[in-house]
Amino acid sequence: MPRRLTTEPERPSTRTGAPGGAVRRRPFTAKRGLVILAFLSPAVLFVAIFTYYPMIAGSQMAFRNWNLNNLTDTSWVGLGNFQKILEDPAFFTILGNSVLWVVASIVPQFVIGFAIALWLRRKFPFRGLYQALIFFPWAISGFLIGILFRWMFNSEFGVINDLLAKAGLIDAPIAWLADPTTAMAAVLIANIWYGVTFFAIMILAALQSVPDEMFEAAALDGAGKVRTLFQITIPYIKTTLALTVLLRVIWIFNFPDIIWAMTGGGPANQTHIITTWMINITQRGDYGMASALGLIVVAVLLVFSAFYLMAIREKKVS
Amino acid sequence: MITRESPAQRISRFVFLGLWLIITIFPLYWIVVTSLKTPGAIFSFPLTYWPEDISFENYIGLFAKADFGTYVGNSLLVATVAATVATLISLLSAYVLARFEFRSKTAVLMAFLVTQMIPAFIALGPLYLMMVQLGLVDNRAGLMLVYVAVCIPFCTIMLRGFFANIPDALEEAAMIDGCSRLGALFRVIVPVMKPGIVAAFIFNFVNCWNELFLSVTLMNRDSNKTVPTALNGFITSYNIDWGSMAAAAVLTILPTMVLFAFASKYIVQGLTAGAVKG
Repeated sequence: MPRRLTTEPERPSTRTGAPGGAVRRRPFTAKRGLVILAFLSPAVLFVAIFTYYPMIAGSQMAFRNWNLNNLTDTSWVGLGNFQKILEDPAFFTILGNSVLWVVASIVPQFVIGFAIALWLRRKFPFRGLYQALIFFPWAISGFLIGILFRWMFNSEFGVINDLLAKAGLIDAPIAWLADPTTAMAAVLIANIWYGVTFFAIMILAALQSVPDEMFEAAALDGAGKVRTLFQITIPYIKTTLALTVLLRVIWIFNFPDIIWAMTGGGPANQTHIITTWMINITQRGDYGMASALGLIVVAVLLVFSAFYLMAIREKKVS
Repeated sequence: MITRESPAQRISRFVFLGLWLIITIFPLYWIVVTSLKTPGAIFSFPLTYWPEDISFENYIGLFAKADFGTYVGNSLLVATVAATVATLISLLSAYVLARFEFRSKTAVLMAFLVTQMIPAFIALGPLYLMMVQLGLVDNRAGLMLVYVAVCIPFCTIMLRGFFANIPDALEEAAMIDGCSRLGALFRVIVPVMKPGIVAAFIFNFVNCWNELFLSVTLMNRDSNKTVPTALNGFITSYNIDWGSMAAAAVLTILPTMVLFAFASKYIVQGLTAGAVKG
């Protein structure tokens, strides 16, 4: 779900100045306190019970031998689960895959999305319709995108092999999802396809925030297209770009759905990323190891989020 | 705006945009075409890019053989109830978070934002155990409760943004006229915010309709499965029946696409507003 993200921390700064929306400080009375409690507690209770409680209660499992298949022995094992993860021959492949999955998805998504945004900046007939049409992948879940591409990458009856053969690029059908290298390429292609629209829309919105006068001034100074792009446009929107990319990194790192549907992490763990592997281990019943992996994921996300918050702070100062 | 464009640049721009449109639309086109072919036509050479004899065999088979109606019913029920409850609860919390100042406000907002960074499936195991203890495994009501919790944080943040655009003089006037706060909220503000609330509901509904990993973990019995859970069962089987699979995929995508067409304007607004202004 690409829409599942928010740049909320930036918002209050825009809101305090807005008419009517400004929050007024009033004396804290018992009645106001009661309204706050009554209105807020359902939301807080739901999130506390069904999101935070499992997360917090689960973190102690990371230090126990906790296997659904053997519940007689749930003794404390210290860092045993972390050791098990590090000693798993698949772990470093999977770690590398996670990095590859993020980098090799983000870079093409960004470049193609940027190009589309630049092309869409100029008005043309039916631009609104065009935007609506290229927007549609968002309406589909990652899992279904995975199913669509799994079928297209089918080795025997897949349309991609057929098109490549028709173009004369291959002589024999490729068993895309059976070979580790091509399987990784296939899941990446699906993910790139899925994410380009997000970048196109975010970057287009950022581009439209650049005042026209800046371009006029650049044109008067005789700056060419490329120079205007790199010396005017990109510097003007670079914080927005940075924030968008950071949020996207977090999101793609956490995004198992396409891989889950296309390869299930196979062949032989070669397309697993950390989150698909974690779900796989959970399904095997080894909650101890899965929880340990979960803590690793949270630690990695905290590092990313720290970068993200630092970037926001920098933006507010500048 | 900007510099003038030469005819060559103009042509290349439309060629690239056209190409990207084809690339974007093709996977959907292909799944629809596949779903309309007979099983024989799907698995035969050469591949046809247009269904020569349009057949609804796959769709009929889906409901006749695979209990697809049950799955759709479950998904509809769970997503509708969960999205409605989540939207109502979020409306209240968003209102408080937009209009009042209090000590724990930042903490609540942070707690909600953190859930957007950490995926819901991070604690699948502990959640499953908790649901076993509560007797809510393999229970549609149980899945609804979990989905409500998953929807609330983003929905609250989204609705809070909409509240900020509505002057609070509006409900103050209503309260002077004798409305209670709840009455003022529902009689005066909700009608003004209707498009935003509908967008939030659609957003929640689509997320619940599409959710996979929680429902796979919590729903085991066939009669309780949602559509994504059932599809997950189909793809892990050794021989995938791609005809039924394509038909099922089309039926799953269709409602979300229709709903998104309604809400996309608001979702784009909400998404880009925060990033671009600020």
